[in-house]
Amino acid sequence: MSEPALRLESLSKRFGGIVVSDDVTLDIAAGELHAIIGPNGAGKTTLINQISGLLPSDGGRILFEGHDITALPAHARAALGLARSFQITSVLPGFSALQNVALAAQAHDGSSFHFFGRADDEEALNARARAALAEVGLSERAGEAAGRLSHGEKRALEIAIALAMQPRLLLLDEPMAGTGHDETATLAAMLRRLKGRFPILLIEHDMNVVFSLADRVSVMVYGRILASGTPAEVRADPRVIAAYLGEEAA
Amino acid sequence: MTDAALNAAPRRLLARRAGLWRPLALFAVLLVLPVVFGAQADYALSLIERVMIFAIAALGLDLIVGFGGLVSFGQAAFIGLGAYAAGILAFHGFGDTLLALPAALALSALFAAATGAICLRTKGVYFIMITLAFGQMAFFIASSLAPYGGDDGLTLRARSTILGFAPLADERVFYYVTCAGLLGIYLLCRALIGSRFGRVLRGAKENPTRMAALGYEVFRYQLVAYVIAGAIGGLAGFLLANATNFVSPAYMSWQRSGELIVMVMLGGIGTLDGAIIGAAAYILGSEYLSQLTEHWAMLFGPFLVLVVLFARGGLIGLAARLRRGAR
Amino acid sequence: MSLLLLIVQTLNGLQLGVLLFLIAAGLTLVFGVMDFINLAHGVQYMLGAYLAVMFYTLTGSFLAALVLALLASLAFGLLLEFAVFRHLYERDHLEQVIATFGIILFLNEGVKVAWGASPLSLPVPDAFSGSVVLMPGLLYPVWRIVIIAAGLALAALLYVLVTWTRAGMLVRAGASNARMVSVLGVNIRRLFMIVFGFGTMLAGFAGIMIAPILSVQPGMGDTVLILAFVVIVIGGIGSIRGAFLAALLIGLVDTLGRSFSVDILRLVMAPSPARTVGPAIASMLIYLLMALVLFFRPAGLFPAKGRG
Repeated sequence: MSEPALRLESLSKRFGGIVVSDDVTLDIAAGELHAIIGPNGAGKTTLINQISGLLPSDGGRILFEGHDITALPAHARAALGLARSFQITSVLPGFSALQNVALAAQAHDGSSFHFFGRADDEEALNARARAALAEVGLSERAGEAAGRLSHGEKRALEIAIALAMQPRLLLLDEPMAGTGHDETATLAAMLRRLKGRFPILLIEHDMNVVFSLADRVSVMVYGRILASGTPAEVRADPRVIAAYLGEEAA
Repeated sequence: MTDAALNAAPRRLLARRAGLWRPLALFAVLLVLPVVFGAQADYALSLIERVMIFAIAALGLDLIVGFGGLVSFGQAAFIGLGAYAAGILAFHGFGDTLLALPAALALSALFAAATGAICLRTKGVYFIMITLAFGQMAFFIASSLAPYGGDDGLTLRARSTILGFAPLADERVFYYVTCAGLLGIYLLCRALIGSRFGRVLRGAKENPTRMAALGYEVFRYQLVAYVIAGAIGGLAGFLLANATNFVSPAYMSWQRSGELIVMVMLGGIGTLDGAIIGAAAYILGSEYLSQLTEHWAMLFGPFLVLVVLFARGGLIGLAARLRRGAR
Repeated sequence: MSLLLLIVQTLNGLQLGVLLFLIAAGLTLVFGVMDFINLAHGVQYMLGAYLAVMFYTLTGSFLAALVLALLASLAFGLLLEFAVFRHLYERDHLEQVIATFGIILFLNEGVKVAWGASPLSLPVPDAFSGSVVLMPGLLYPVWRIVIIAAGLALAALLYVLVTWTRAGMLVRAGASNARMVSVLGVNIRRLFMIVFGFGTMLAGFAGIMIAPILSVQPGMGDTVLILAFVVIVIGGIGSIRGAFLAALLIGLVDTLGRSFSVDILRLVMAPSPARTVGPAIASMLIYLLMALVLFFRPAGLFPAKGRG
């Protein structure tokens, strides 16, 4: 059995007296789309922040393609191919959509300590950026300032940015948050197209999306993984039903 | 520091052929002034030289403030370091540009690298304060250099020579050399902000977390920018020492650093042209006002307040709004 | 280095520390609650001193001068707040720095116009003039002891106010998260005015108390301002406790450093270089201290919870 793309070993994190991540152990295989669901406050975003390096863990290890990245800072993990989107949209509002994505491509195209030559004119970077924008359906909006895009367009832009990084692992933190029905469908179709190209760890609340897209699902409650398995297994697990619907329904 | 005041201008500057007319006009004026002033105009020339020298330092500051979002309250320290490098070498008989200029650049760059490594670990007002602190340290070190005049400063016997010859003794030659320096730094800064490096720096100003998530080690880029700004300040210091034939700790006081920030803001933060315009407005304005009354600060102080309250984007922003209003 | 000198300088350091606290307290509160960098706080201190001299010349009584100068300081501070500062709360720090820098320029020149450029002085009130014997051979000016006592008393008062009154609780909450406090229905404008007024009075009071010891001259607020900023940065912005501890620390380090730097350096180097390097290091000492603190704690020692 080949080694997993991402392995979390007994990851733990506390804020003062509150345990936010409690002995989290998880494997994600190459090409797998793994969804994490759970009630609000379960610690899902904190988990993503630990994996991407924004938050240092208090215990445990993170192995990415076999390498221990637990001590690496966020930018180093990103340089290794770990891409993420943010729960609260985080783009460069003053730059155009194209420039946002081109900057992502630039990060993985040799050194950025070039002091001459207009970066905005680099055709190779712009071509990669345009390709990523086309994948998420934002070609028409390439020249628009990112700050002026609609909410759904910004969520798509976040994914385009991640794609331009040529990711080896994609962490998506509630990409459908705040999007309307149509935009959710578009994003879901997009994720289905991306599935298999690289492992994806998806945090989502929309159950239809989760159960139709995911290869495997993990349920997080109070910082610990309650159950993990195929969508069908998880849906039938009495502990999961209890967590969502209360003890009596189980 | 992400804020409307700091964000608007950089975008406009990067549009193709943006406002090429403005720098062309500025440099045309600067080139022609000595001719306009005529023969016995040494005082007027030295005044414009001061403008150009501080414009150079202000350009370095605009680079990190306007495009990097790093508000440094210690830029004057680099002017002082450059000046003292030139002054101390001249004192010991090594007054040639070939030695003094690289020394000035090296000293300010090193100081910037060492202090920047510490300063850039902080953000916001803490960053402002720690740059101020290091500026004060440089000030006090210079004040304590008794063999080089201490508080009173050091007079240079002559301007820097170039390969043994003394062309800089001629005021007009020195003027045009300074002008060339300003042009060079201006072109350098313009190239920098459009480059890959500049794009990363500008991105880090808007959203450093996002930049780290892309794979950029923001600290390194900001440190390089900080060192470049410091070296630019050192160049200004070298020219200042030559312009006045004098170096003094006063060149590095926190009030001087404050004045540089005022110059950048007065012209328009993040416009590059604004650094030159702001330096001119500040120096010529205070010169003119001080001829009117010795209490010119009582006019200038409220003027600054009014500029902040009503002229966001400085003089360049004001001009743009007036043009739009006139259409 | 005698024990007596050490004690005297320690007391002097305490006095400087207490003075710095009075100025820094207002500065850190205004910064913490309103996120407003007020460079003009130093001129409030200077103005307090000038007003004290003026009212003393008019009334002949230090007490009257104290009261009148405090009230005038407060009035002037509130005028500044109304005319200029309240339009700057929403602006970014850079703009606040420049606007308040303009106020410094205006007032430093203004006091020259109003009272002349020569330094002025104020006599120590008769009841507290002279020195007292603290120990055999140790004479210490009474007025300096009064300053230390007044400062400590005010610090205690401030602590009580901030910890145990409703207004104080609002101030602490505001220092953590002003927007939240406003959203909860508190009249944030009135809170700002109270905080600002209080801070202004503290600075003015410091100026009044120091006037009999230092010479009152234009620009006297500038050095003190920088020291006060160093205090609040080391102490942690928004924290009164941090400002108190940092102020005492800085007062002691600066005073003792200046007195004993040469002596301490002579333990490790020859007298001549020690005499050159000593004073240089002494003036830099507090900045080195600040750099050191920020290196390990980029948000100061006791940042108000929720910041840093």
